[in-house]
Amino acid sequence: MSLFADPRWAEALSHLPDYLGNHVRVSLAALALGLAVSLPLAILTRNRPAPRSILLAFASIVQTVPGLALLALFYPLLLLAASVTLAWFGISFSAFGFLPAMLALALYSMLPVLRNGITGLNGIDPALIEAAKGVGMTARQSLVIVELPLALPVMMAGIRTAAVWVIGTATLSTPIGQTSLGNYIFAGLQTQNWVFVLFGCAASALLALAVDQLLGLIENGLRRRNRVRSGLGALGIAALVAATLVPTMGRSSSGYVVGAKTFAEQYVLSALMRDRLQAAGLSATARSGLGSSVIFQALKAGDIDLYVDYSGTLWANQLHRTDIKPRAELVAELKTALARDNITLLGELGFENAYALVMPRRRAEALGIRTVADLAAHAATLSIAGDYEFFSRPEWAALQKAYALQFRAQRQMQPDFMYAAVASGEVDVIAGYTSDGLIAKYELAALDDPKHAIPPYDAILLLAPKRAGDDQLHAALKPMLGKIDIATMREANLRASGNDANSSPDAVAKWLWEKIKP
Amino acid sequence: MSAKPAISYQKVSKSFGSLKAVDDVSFDVADGEFVAIVGGSGSGKTTLLRLANRLIEPDSGTITVEGEDVRNVDPVALRRRIGYVFQSGGLFPHLSVADNIGITPKLLGEAAATIAGRVDELLELVRLDRASHRGRLPEALSGGQRQRVGVARALAARPRIVLMDEPFGALDPLTRDALGDDYRSLHRKLGLTTVMITHDMTEAILLADRIAVMRGGRLLAQGTAAELSSSSSDYVLELLRTPRRQVERLNVLLPVGGAA
Repeated sequence: MSLFADPRWAEALSHLPDYLGNHVRVSLAALALGLAVSLPLAILTRNRPAPRSILLAFASIVQTVPGLALLALFYPLLLLAASVTLAWFGISFSAFGFLPAMLALALYSMLPVLRNGITGLNGIDPALIEAAKGVGMTARQSLVIVELPLALPVMMAGIRTAAVWVIGTATLSTPIGQTSLGNYIFAGLQTQNWVFVLFGCAASALLALAVDQLLGLIENGLRRRNRVRSGLGALGIAALVAATLVPTMGRSSSGYVVGAKTFAEQYVLSALMRDRLQAAGLSATARSGLGSSVIFQALKAGDIDLYVDYSGTLWANQLHRTDIKPRAELVAELKTALARDNITLLGELGFENAYALVMPRRRAEALGIRTVADLAAHAATLSIAGDYEFFSRPEWAALQKAYALQFRAQRQMQPDFMYAAVASGEVDVIAGYTSDGLIAKYELAALDDPKHAIPPYDAILLLAPKRAGDDQLHAALKPMLGKIDIATMREANLRASGNDANSSPDAVAKWLWEKIKP
Repeated sequence: MSAKPAISYQKVSKSFGSLKAVDDVSFDVADGEFVAIVGGSGSGKTTLLRLANRLIEPDSGTITVEGEDVRNVDPVALRRRIGYVFQSGGLFPHLSVADNIGITPKLLGEAAATIAGRVDELLELVRLDRASHRGRLPEALSGGQRQRVGVARALAARPRIVLMDEPFGALDPLTRDALGDDYRSLHRKLGLTTVMITHDMTEAILLADRIAVMRGGRLLAQGTAAELSSSSSDYVLELLRTPRRQVERLNVLLPVGGAA
């Protein structure tokens, strides 16, 4: 009973119309597109062995690409396509969210539809096709009156498989900006909100089951030539679509969209900004869980209106700079560079979220390590862990070069688990984040970087080009600038890492505002 | 055979790869005639039959149907006006008996009510109870019933020519005999021209006006049973020996004039 008294269930439920609606829309659009392409292809190639095997091989290869990678690949692909159509035809479209997700999922749905379509059509007794010809059917009539109805059960089995795959894989479209039931899962994993993770998994599983059963009903009705059954199934699908469309239709899409990357601090800050905009009477929604490379492009293209990034990240990834400047100078130079793309750097929030090498305080003291330079002498006997991108980032190369660091072993880890791993001695050193609340919680020490190998990472608020002159927006956000110091952010992050009702990003954002409001 | 033949083959050949399925065959079927084509498997009899409604196209030679060169007739239209009974029925398993029978009229665009009336008429013609058979699926029929539906379907668009591909081959002897007799009287009553393939010489002698014997793609002999019995071909004589032996044996075993 206490399990369901948790207010996080209510919070999860409140997101359901939005997440489920978007999930259903992108899944059904992808499935419809997949069917519209695959079924004609199956029919056209059923008697042509060479194109048939090429097609099936292509669909199989697509299937071996992991879902997340396939979705992620479509973003830059569409970005390129959008720039080409803009240059040639003056038409631009958004490469963010719905379109890449739908295209990738449609591609994903092709294999079962193609394979079962071809198998079903080829499995028909040749004597019956001969008979269809013999009674005077044209090729087209033979297909419609005899072949398709007889292949239907096998084809429908493929369509049902595709539907279940698409609905499951659609949860991975969150990082490219398509809201889905995956928002629960990504947010839940990052903020250790297991209620959300569970809720997202259960909701997508139930949706997949429901659609599978409805398609089964349609199939059954078609096979038995029972209009009631197939009608009920079609009605069920239509009702599902209508139910998920109605609640989100009423909502205006003209509001501000606040972006967030895939970690807890970003969820908290985006919730804070959304609250501020709403308090100022502006309509705003948060679009969370966006991939680190997707989010900047999304801002540039105007798909999101604002988000918080870190100066060092943009310095290295967008400006491709390897030199390092003092904090204020770097921000100033960045501001000028971003202005060339019409992106507004509104200001710093006050804290830095830099990479830092972190180890248990007692161990560091025992070994006499205070700085990275001290660490270098011991590195050969120690192991280090970092997040998925750290070891391929320029900061790591710079650190290694500046201090001649050579560790015994290096591992990649989910950021949330790194701190516990280093505290328990699973690894000796981690590449942590300076604003992380767990540094204090686990009694860890962030080592100094006397040679300034790691650039500064000031949290900075960025606005999309179309919001450059938006005074209302600027006014609503101004009270946050310079107000969040490192201690406050660490405490907020520590709260967000908890596993109870007060640790939801919304709740922490409210706490944070109480702390910093003028 | 004063009028033009219903079907005429002139020097027709057809090969599948290196196999000569039909080898320079010339052969006429007169209007109103019932012809049986007899031969072993691989003799080319099915190919010869299918050339008539363009299910197969010849490599060389000319085929005419009711005086028209089939090359000048749209194959789909041609097939709609020639009835075809398939080996073991060839019924569409997902369609009811009524829908199977009415398929060709439906393709020709006839009205649903007209088709329904025609289906009832045909069920009666092939001696199936309409009320209990109309709505059934083929899987719910016996082999004999299926073949009766197959015949009804072939007759649905009122063709003057019917092609039959071993129509009664898979049936038990009693059913086969009854169906054969029934079809023979339909042939006469409706004034049809029928070409039937069979590998059973007895069936051919009992049903057909004339018999054509095929072997290795060639037409070995053609004529009435009596004409064939004076053939110079050993193969033809061998084919005739079996029914003859059966007759002799039956005559010994069954006293003439005894009640059956």
